[in-house]
Amino acid sequence: MSNEHSMRRVTAIRNGTVIDHIPSGQAMRVLEMLGIGGETAVPVSLVMNVPSKKMGSKDIIKVEDREVTQPELDRLALVAPDAHVSIIRAYSVAEKLTINLGEEVVNVVRCTFSNCITTNLREPQDHRLKVVNRDPLQLRCHYCGRPQNLAELANNVL
Amino acid sequence: MAGLITMDDLTNEQILEILADAERLLPVARGEIYLPLLQGRILGNLFFEPSTRTRMSFETAMKRLGGDVVNLGDVKTSSVVKGETLFDTIQMVDGYTDIIAMRHPRQGAAQYAQDAASVPILNGGDGAGHHPTQTMLDLFTIKQAHGRLEGLKVVLAGDLRYGRTVHSLSHALTRFGCELIFASPDLLKMPEEIVSDLLAQGASVVETEDLYDSMNDADVVYMTRIQKERFADEDEYARCAGAYKLHARHLKEVKPDMIIMHPLPRVDEIDPSVDDTRHARYFEQAFNGVVARMALLCRLLGVSVPEEVKGGAL
Repeated sequence: MSNEHSMRRVTAIRNGTVIDHIPSGQAMRVLEMLGIGGETAVPVSLVMNVPSKKMGSKDIIKVEDREVTQPELDRLALVAPDAHVSIIRAYSVAEKLTINLGEEVVNVVRCTFSNCITTNLREPQDHRLKVVNRDPLQLRCHYCGRPQNLAELANNVL
Repeated sequence: MAGLITMDDLTNEQILEILADAERLLPVARGEIYLPLLQGRILGNLFFEPSTRTRMSFETAMKRLGGDVVNLGDVKTSSVVKGETLFDTIQMVDGYTDIIAMRHPRQGAAQYAQDAASVPILNGGDGAGHHPTQTMLDLFTIKQAHGRLEGLKVVLAGDLRYGRTVHSLSHALTRFGCELIFASPDLLKMPEEIVSDLLAQGASVVETEDLYDSMNDADVVYMTRIQKERFADEDEYARCAGAYKLHARHLKEVKPDMIIMHPLPRVDEIDPSVDDTRHARYFEQAFNGVVARMALLCRLLGVSVPEEVKGGAL
């Protein structure tokens, strides 16, 4: 099945954001990372586990009438670092954005270790996770030094 | 100024320099001479959880060098109980003092405090994380006994999972090329992430449940306390604790210069019969907390320890 066919499973959007090449099964976590949940007013289309030439299978998300910002996008580096992000205006791709994973992930998620000092959310300093390896992704808390549980990170979005 | 949060804050060369400073400060630590190198300086002791040796030895170290100490006091009666954040507490104490020694139940608290403070922080233990000043006094004790740190065979025994002293120490010993043997019950094994970090550093690590068998060609046996509350089952505790109890009769086959260390307090893991053997070093080790912390206070406050330590008589 062609990539074009996969994209057509949901209708083209007029304005908004398309996130393609999300690792299969990660679409829900991407939505969590972007803070898009049931209470979001804008229409969201989600396709999961569709065939992909490049990835074998993949997920796709289309968010109407909302342009994802760069800081929001950088959160995706934690779950879908190779996703393709397009901003759509008047049915055309107006911009292609790149996800950046820097050396540190600051104030995106909080440490997954239950006894870390940063679990007290009243503490005002930045939440900082150091990127110790990119592929596979490995993060450590700047403060407690604990390796991060990637599966739990989506629950710790700030 | 940078503090001491983990042993990674010191190079091997700096560690050896600080241990040499400590060696020269021994007569000052013993109170034989008075050398007020830190006169006019104030240490803030912030102990958010109980401590006897660490807190008292910091205080003694500062006072032996002519400095002064202010204490947070009991957390239950301080502003912490009113909900003050660590960040705010540090901002306040930072203004009152020249250096801070801190212990906190949360892991990462020392680094957090250092990021908030302008004065150096000495990490006196953060959760199950690091305890680098204990490591410095442990290294001092080992070097005092063996004349070197390099290439020794060290058994770390007991609670290796929650015991932060053994976490910091195993990292430091690896940097000096020591061979490590971790002897513990399965439930209290060294955390996997620490073992994999050590192996990545090129460490030689053997894990075993048999303490007595691992001691015979060791240079150092470092005992820790097995806490009853870590076990769901009292019989399991009794079985484990019994297998990690040293008695003088276990020492017949060990090397003559092997030393036994313990961060104290001990409960049953070292029988008093060991105290009178040539191997026991845990009380000297506790004393060495003063001299190691004196050297660290000087280093972090930018005060040089003279090559020849002379001072006035008391």
